[in-house]
This record gives sequence, C-alpha cells and structure tokens, in this order.
Amino acid sequence: MTTVQTATGAAQTMVLNMGPQHPSTHGVLRVLLELDGETVVKAVPDLGYLHTGIEKTCEAKTYSQAITLTDRIDYLAPLSNNLGYCLAVEKLLDLQVPKRAQYIRVLLTEMTRIASHLVWLGTHAIDLGAMSVFLYCFREREEILKIFEMVAGQRMMTSYFRIGGLALEPPTGWLKAVERFVNMMPGRIDEYEDLLTRNRIWLSRTQGIGCISAEDAVALSMTGPTLRAAGLAYDNRKLFPYSSYEEFDFAVPVRTEADCYARYMIRVAEMRESVKIIRQAMAKIPAEGPIKAEAPGIVPPQREKMKTEMEALIYHFKIFTEGFSPAPGEAYVTIESPRGELGVFVASDGSPKPLRVHFRTPSFVNLQALPKLAEGRLIADVVACIGTIDIVLGEVDR
Amino acid sequence: MKELFLQHAFLITTAVKCGLLLFIVLTVLAYLTWFERKMIAHMQSRWGPYRVGPHGLLQPAADGLKFLFKEDPTPAGVDRLVYFLAPALSLALGLTTLAVIPFGPEPIRIFGYETHLGIADLNIGLLVLFAISALGVYGIALGGWASNSKYSLLGGLRSSAQMISYELALTLSVVGVLLLAGSFSLRDIITAQEGRMLWGILPRWNILAGPAPQILGFLCYFVAAVAETNRAPFDLAEAESELVAGFHTEYASFKFAMFFMGEYANMIAVSCLATIMFFGGWISPFPTTPAWAWTYFLPSVLLAGFGLFVIWDGVHYETLFGKLVLPGVGAALCGLGALFALVPPVTSYIQGPFWFLTKVFVFLFIYVWARATLPRLRYDQLMSFGWKLLLPVSIANVVLTSLAILKWGGQ
Repeated sequence: MTTVQTATGAAQTMVLNMGPQHPSTHGVLRVLLELDGETVVKAVPDLGYLHTGIEKTCEAKTYSQAITLTDRIDYLAPLSNNLGYCLAVEKLLDLQVPKRAQYIRVLLTEMTRIASHLVWLGTHAIDLGAMSVFLYCFREREEILKIFEMVAGQRMMTSYFRIGGLALEPPTGWLKAVERFVNMMPGRIDEYEDLLTRNRIWLSRTQGIGCISAEDAVALSMTGPTLRAAGLAYDNRKLFPYSSYEEFDFAVPVRTEADCYARYMIRVAEMRESVKIIRQAMAKIPAEGPIKAEAPGIVPPQREKMKTEMEALIYHFKIFTEGFSPAPGEAYVTIESPRGELGVFVASDGSPKPLRVHFRTPSFVNLQALPKLAEGRLIADVVACIGTIDIVLGEVDR
Repeated sequence: MKELFLQHAFLITTAVKCGLLLFIVLTVLAYLTWFERKMIAHMQSRWGPYRVGPHGLLQPAADGLKFLFKEDPTPAGVDRLVYFLAPALSLALGLTTLAVIPFGPEPIRIFGYETHLGIADLNIGLLVLFAISALGVYGIALGGWASNSKYSLLGGLRSSAQMISYELALTLSVVGVLLLAGSFSLRDIITAQEGRMLWGILPRWNILAGPAPQILGFLCYFVAAVAETNRAPFDLAEAESELVAGFHTEYASFKFAMFFMGEYANMIAVSCLATIMFFGGWISPFPTTPAWAWTYFLPSVLLAGFGLFVIWDGVHYETLFGKLVLPGVGAALCGLGALFALVPPVTSYIQGPFWFLTKVFVFLFIYVWARATLPRLRYDQLMSFGWKLLLPVSIANVVLTSLAILKWGGQ
C-alpha cells in the first residue's frame, strides 16, 4: 500500500490481484494492480503459472521428437513454432527443403496466422464486451482447423513440419478446401469490420488507449503487430525472408497511432494480406514433387525404398532409434509468428540430442510493455491493453 | 358467497391479482432468460439451450432447480445482514415496480365489482415507479459493499455512480410526456394518447404527436433506462471481463438468482414504461374505423399461426418427448387463438393487453439485440455520456416541449 497524491489530497491505494484466474487475462497471467479508485497506479505482471519446461525437455529428446513439443509453446499458432524450429535445425544441418514443401509451409503458416488473429480478435472483442464477434471468429477458425486436420490429421497440435520437409503428402483435394476458405474469408473479415471498425463505442474504447512510442517499443524490443502499429515496418517475412517468402507479393500494414485501435486495424489488415499470400501459394504449389529433402540419415526414407533397399532400411532404423547427430555448432533463426518475431536457437554438441534449445517468444517480450501501456489508465483499459498485446501464456511461460 | 365477496371485494381481488401477477411475472422472467439465450445464440450462429426439453424449453426450470440446490457458501468477513438483505431487496424492488403498471384499458367485472388490469392504479403512478426503481441501487451497492471482495466493491461503486447519474436523465426525459398529459397517472398518460393524426394515418402516440413529438425524450429515456437496469452496453457493474462478475462476484445459488431476477424484472418494468409513455400503451397502431376491424383478429391469427408452426415443428422434432409435447403446446396456442377470434367479448377485451404486451416484447427484444451487438462503454465514458450528453438533451427536451405547448397549446 502506498499513498498517492490526488486532486483532493492524499489517498490510500488498493491492490487488486487480477488473475491468475480471471476472465480476461487470457490464461493464467497474474497482474498485480495498484489502484487509486479505478485508476491504475502500478501494474506488475507475474508470470510462470504455465511453465512446463519445454526448452529443458527438448534437451532430452532427439531433434525430431522435439517438434511435438514446439506445438505446445504457442498453442494458437502451432505451425509457426514447427516452422521456426525446423528452420533452425535445417540451418544447423545445412539442409535444402524442396520448393513444394516450402510453399506448402508458407500456405499453412499463413492459415495459422489467420487462425491466431481470429482468436485474438474474438477474445479482444469479448474483453471489451462485444460478444458476438467472438463466436463469428471461432466459426471461421473452425474451418481452418478442419483444413489442418485434413492435412496433418490433427486440429491443433499438428507437428506437420518435419526436419527437411513435411510429415506426409497432403491429401488429394485439400487445395479445394483451402480455396473455399479463401473465397469465404474476405467477406467474413468485412463482417467483423462492420461490427467494430466504425462502432462509436469500439472507437472510444480503443482509440488513444495503450499508446507506446516507436522508441519505447524498440527499447523494449517489441515486435509484431504491436511494433508495426507504432510506425515501424518490421516484418521478418520481408526483411529476412525464409521459406521462399521473397517470392510472394504482400504488403506489411503499418500505422502510426500506436494505440489499441491501430493494433486492431493492423491485425485485420494482416488477415487480408494472409489471404492474398495463401492465394499466391495455391498458384505456386506444384501438383507433384518431393515434400522432403534428399538427405539420407536425416529424413526418413520413403516406405517403398525402405522395403526394397537395404541402406534405406538401415537409415530408417537409425533415425527412429538413435536419431541423427548434427556436427557441433549452433543456429539461430527468426520467423514472423502471428505475435511477432519468434527466434529459435539450437545448439548441438554432436550428439543426437540438442545441447540447448531456446525460444525467443514474442509474447514474453511484448508483455514487458504492459506496465507502460496500462499505468495511469483505468481497469477497463488494462483489459484492452492485455488484449492488444496478444499474449499466449503458453508462449510466455514455455 | 356473493355478499362475502362484495364485502371484501377490494382485498380479495387485490390479493388474487398480486398472486397472479407474481406467478406470471416469475414465469415470464424465467422464460425471458431462455428467450435471451436463444435469441443471442441464433444471432451468433449457434443453437443455444437445446438439451433440456424440446428447444431447451425446460432450461429455465432446470436453472431454477440448480439455483435452489446449489451450495451457497458465505465468504468470510461479510456483513451478514446486509449480505443477505441485498439480493432480497433487489428482487423485491424489481417486482414492486410492476405493481403500478396498467396492462389493459377495460376493467373486469365480477358480480358487478369492477377491477382493472394491474394491481394499483395510483394517481402518482409514475412518481412511485421512479421512487421504487431509484431504491434499486441499494440492492446492488449494498451487495457490492457487504461482500468483502475488491471486485464486488468496485462493481458496487460503479453501479451506484451509474444509477444515480442516469436516474436524473431518466426522470427528466419523461417530463415532456408529463407536460403533454398533465397527469402522473399512467392510465391518464395512455388515454391522453388516444386518437389519430395526419388524416388518421398515424396514431397520436407521444413519440409522434404534436405539439411536441417526444423523439428526443424517448431516445434519452431508453438509453438511460438501459443504463439504469445495468444492461449491455452499460453493464459495467458486472463487467465480466474486468470485474469478474462485479457486485455479485461473491454471490452464489439462490442469492445470485435473486439479483438476476431483479435485473430482469427491472428490464420488464422499464420496457412497460417506455410503452406507456411514448408508444401509446395498449392503444392499437391501427384506426378503430370499421374498415380496420380485421385488425381485431391479428392476435388470433398470430397465435394460431405460431401454434401451427409449433405443431409442424413438433412433428419433425428429433426426440420423442418433443414429438409429444410440442404439438400439444401448438394445439393449445391454436385453441387460444380460436378462443380470441370466436368469442366476441373476448376478442375485444384482449386487444388492449395484446398491443401492450407486443410493444413491451419489442423493447425486450431490443435489449437482447443490443447485448449481442455492442461493446461495453468504459466507466468514465459512461459518466461523461450521462452528464454531458443525456442530461442536457433531456433538459432541452423539457424546454422545447414547454415552449411548444405554450405556443400551440397542450391537450
């Protein structure tokens, strides 16, 4: 308890323990709010309630086994995590992934981006009281999850990207489902915008709320839509292209207001851009071709070969019993996850298990900005700020 | 028997009316929750309650039982008396407001004793209604304060501030109507709106009628009423995403249900009031000339049509229970429609209540609709909206109405 000076004199503050079980802390975030009336004097995020030791567990798994753990870091964008990890290990191994697999990876990660932004938009809207948008968003996300299930056999914990390519050939006709989705999606985004973009209450709840200057955002090393809303066009897909992103034509939406509304507009615009990228990827993906790199000893051989060639059988056995051992060294790869810059660091000591795996997760870094965004504002704004940082607690705590 | 009745006619009829109204209102409250859930669900492209009874129709009963039998822990450190009193106060005041509302024009005659639809027909009905609804803030503020929880406290504070600010705009917004009617009696306010205007095209309801159409007054009234009843987009007191559940965070079981029912009773009361003051109460929107006599059969047509739909739906319903119950309900509705159409005294008698309830229903629908659509305002924005916009506009409405009456004359 501290004493603060208000217009009418000194007043006692009250500490409100928001979370870890609270409807709008998006999981198990706990924020200690020091309140003067309804004004937040101080906000202290308290993390770690969802710590599952994923990075440490990775050290006890082979390189391939660790992929399943990456799904669970950012459970709203599992394929982005898969991609980051696979790219890091591929860099460590200096492995070339076939173009077809790269395009499919792009298509699926952009779908992941839409799915993740949909969950963000829905939960953010319901935090501000607009409950219907939440259900509309989940309706469309369902369509994406159906496509994931079709391709990977899993709705959320996909583990579809593997070191050197993809887990399996996508089923015939899957692009038709994707096409149905991309034809539907722009209209649905219009629908959300109809409900929110020019809604007076929505504007008054988000405009001018939770501002952060570009300098502060950079100083806190924020990335993703939060940084782009502050006026910096920092997007890993453009600046450090991976997985053939340089071949795609898309815009990086930037705004300068740096408030909750700008972040909302950026994410909505990003959904539209993702639809554009998916369309391009659909045109680019060759109907046939390899989905795995030619790398015996690392990429499991085709079943056909395994049954007929002795070497393939030996590799298969080695990969699934011992794993593969990259040369000692380390690799760091960054990708643009829906929440910002996801960095993956993998170090090898020459054994089949990684020496160290580290994830630089955007949620964790961006969450640092919460006190800066929320202090001096009202409780209702704290909710809006937590919402627009777009944290996933699984990713924050890992 | 007859003598005994006539001796105590007032007592007996009032007691019966109280019991009847209580029964009807509590049933309507329960089904209003069903209606709201179902309506919002369909707006959000989902089904809503579907498991308990056909179309979830028994859901309110199941909820009621659940509320009754749920464990009701009392948190440590509460102010026991106030903690128990608050929900009771909330519900009691919510129900009391309905006592002064007249539901129809014509009295019922029993052994020559006339009694009106509605419990009390006061000459200061409107004042009583506002007085009671203004007390409603105590239920919420005390509940929030007595719970010994920070979320409840903030919720209670918010709602006291909100209800007190909006009470002003609410009361001022109806002054125009009072000036036009020249009476506080709700019955007089309705009868003052009888007749037609613009060559008989439009009804002379306060919302439209000269010398001063109360459009501003109505808008102020409705916004203030939504805020007064703590409903979306003004549901800050229980803002789920901020204050968990606001003032009733610590309440469970039947005490929570009482708060809940109080809120819904208030909703019904302010919808009734909007109907009475701005939309002509029980007055039909159609002219009373013989050419429009067919509108007398609208209630029967609507009921029978809906009944037929329910029968059709019931026949195709997936569960056996639904197949048995729904056609029965539909048949009952059709029977009621037939009764309304075929017995002339009944036909003319139900016109008033029918239009009254239809209008109330429209307002209730708007309540639900707003909840499904609009985000929530922030506390300070709500206050500045109330004080800086609603209050001046409602005062302007009073001034304009007074000037218009001065210039063109009142009733």
